[in-house]
Amino acid sequence: MPLAKRIIPCLDVDQGRVVKGVNFVDLVDAGDPVEQARFYDASGADELVFLDITATHEDRGIMHKVVRRTADEVFIPLTVGGGIRTVDDMRAMLHAGADKVSINSAAIKDPDLITRGAEAFGSQCIVVAIDAKRTGTDPLTWEVYVQGGRKATGLDAIDWAVEATRRGAGELLVTSMDRDGTKDGYDTALLRRITDRVSIPVIASGGAGTKEHLREGLTEGQADAVLAASIFHFRTYSVEEVKHHLKDSGLPIRLDHTARASA
Amino acid sequence: MVTIIDYGIGNLRSIEKAFQRIGATVLRTDDPADLRAAERLVLPGVGAFGACMQEIRDRGLVAPIHEAIAAGTPFLGVCIGLQLLFEESDERGTHEGLGVLPGRVVRFPNAQEATELVDQDTTSNGQALKVPHMGWNDVAATREHPLLHGLSPDPYFYFVHSYYAEAAEPADVLATAHYGVDFPAIVHRNNVLGVQFHPEKSHDSGLQVLKNFTSRVQVTA
Repeated sequence: MPLAKRIIPCLDVDQGRVVKGVNFVDLVDAGDPVEQARFYDASGADELVFLDITATHEDRGIMHKVVRRTADEVFIPLTVGGGIRTVDDMRAMLHAGADKVSINSAAIKDPDLITRGAEAFGSQCIVVAIDAKRTGTDPLTWEVYVQGGRKATGLDAIDWAVEATRRGAGELLVTSMDRDGTKDGYDTALLRRITDRVSIPVIASGGAGTKEHLREGLTEGQADAVLAASIFHFRTYSVEEVKHHLKDSGLPIRLDHTARASA
Repeated sequence: MVTIIDYGIGNLRSIEKAFQRIGATVLRTDDPADLRAAERLVLPGVGAFGACMQEIRDRGLVAPIHEAIAAGTPFLGVCIGLQLLFEESDERGTHEGLGVLPGRVVRFPNAQEATELVDQDTTSNGQALKVPHMGWNDVAATREHPLLHGLSPDPYFYFVHSYYAEAAEPADVLATAHYGVDFPAIVHRNNVLGVQFHPEKSHDSGLQVLKNFTSRVQVTA
C-alpha cells in the first residue's frame, strides 16, 4: 500500500485555550487543548495541528507549555503554527515537543526563513501554510492572502507553492479563503493545481462539511492529507467514522488503532 | 528499567515519555558504565548518520554498545538508531556504522542528489515518490517475534526518513514496508532489534512495540 492518507483535526488555541471546540460532554475541561488532543488521539486522528491565534508575543510561552503537555501524552505527530517568525521560534516550538512547525506570513515576508528552517531542522519539520483566494479571473487564478485573509499579497498562490517547495518546505497546508467556514467543500481546483506542480505533501484545508468533501480533497484534489476543524469539533462526524468512509471508498487509510496497548 | 542512550542529538523527550506511558522506568545517559550495566538499551537517532556516529564515538560509546550487545542485553535502535547498526551509510559521503548487522544504508532509489532540499522521483506506477518517506505506512512481518505481540495483522507506523538499510542477510529482516522499494521496517538478530519508524509517534501500535520490548523481549546471549 502507498502511504496512508492522513486525517488531521485542527485546533485554534488562544492563550492556551481552545477557541472553537464545543460540547465535548465527556471532557473534564473542553477548553483544554491537551484534553482535546487526547480525545482526537483516541479516536484515530493521524496527526494534530495546533494553530496559535494568541495576539501578543508575550503570551507565546503559554503555547510552549501547551505543546509540551500535549507531546508528553499524545503519541502522534503534532504540527504547531501561528506566530512563528524566526528560526529561534521554530527551535523553541520543536524543543517543546512539536514535530513540525507551520509558517505563513513570516515566510512571505522573508522566504529565506523556509530554507534556514529546513537547513537547521530538516525539510520534514517545515510546513508552509498558504491562504489562497480566487481572483475571479478566467482562467482561474488564486492570490495569496495573509492576516487571516484580510491582506492581499499580490502573490500567485500556485507560484508561491512552487517557490516554497523549491526553498525547502517539507509540506504545504493549503487553505481556500473562499471556502473556509462555508462547509461547501475544499477548493479542489486549487488543490489539484498545486499538487500537480509540487513534489511535497499537500494538506487540504478550508471548507470541509461532509465526509464526501474529505474524499474529494484526497481524490480530485490529490491531497495527501485533509485538515478539518468544525466537522470534528461539532461532532458532525467522528474521525473514526470519516476514516471508515474513506477506506470504504478505496483510499489507503490507517485503521489499526482500535486496540489499546495491551499486556 | 530502559536505558536510553542520550548522545546529544536532539529531543528524546517523546521517546522517554512513550516508555513512561507504558509503565517503564527510564534512564537517559551517555555514561559508558550505565550502558554496560543496562537491563535494556535503546539507541535513538535523528538527523544525519555521520553526525550521529561522530557523537557516539566522541563519547566513547562504541565499545560499550558492542559489549552490551555481546552480553545479550535487549537492544532497540530507533530510526537512525536502526541504520547505525549497519556497516556503512551513503548519507552525505560514506560513513562507517556500528557494524552489528551486515549491509549498508542507502537513499530511496533514483532520487535526485541533494541540490535541492526536496527530491522527486517516479515509482513504477508513475506516481511521484516523495523523499523523505514521511507518514503512516503499513508494515508486514516476515516471521513471528515477541516484539510484534498484540499488533493488528496490518499495523501502521509513522516514518520520517530519506535513507533505508539494505540488509545483506535477509534473515535479519523481521518486517518490511514498501515505498518505491521493499525496505526493512524492523530488523532483528538475537538480542538486537531496530525499528525504522518512530514508535513514539505511532500511536497504539508504537506503544505496543515499546511495551513488547520492555516486557517480552528477553536476554538471549
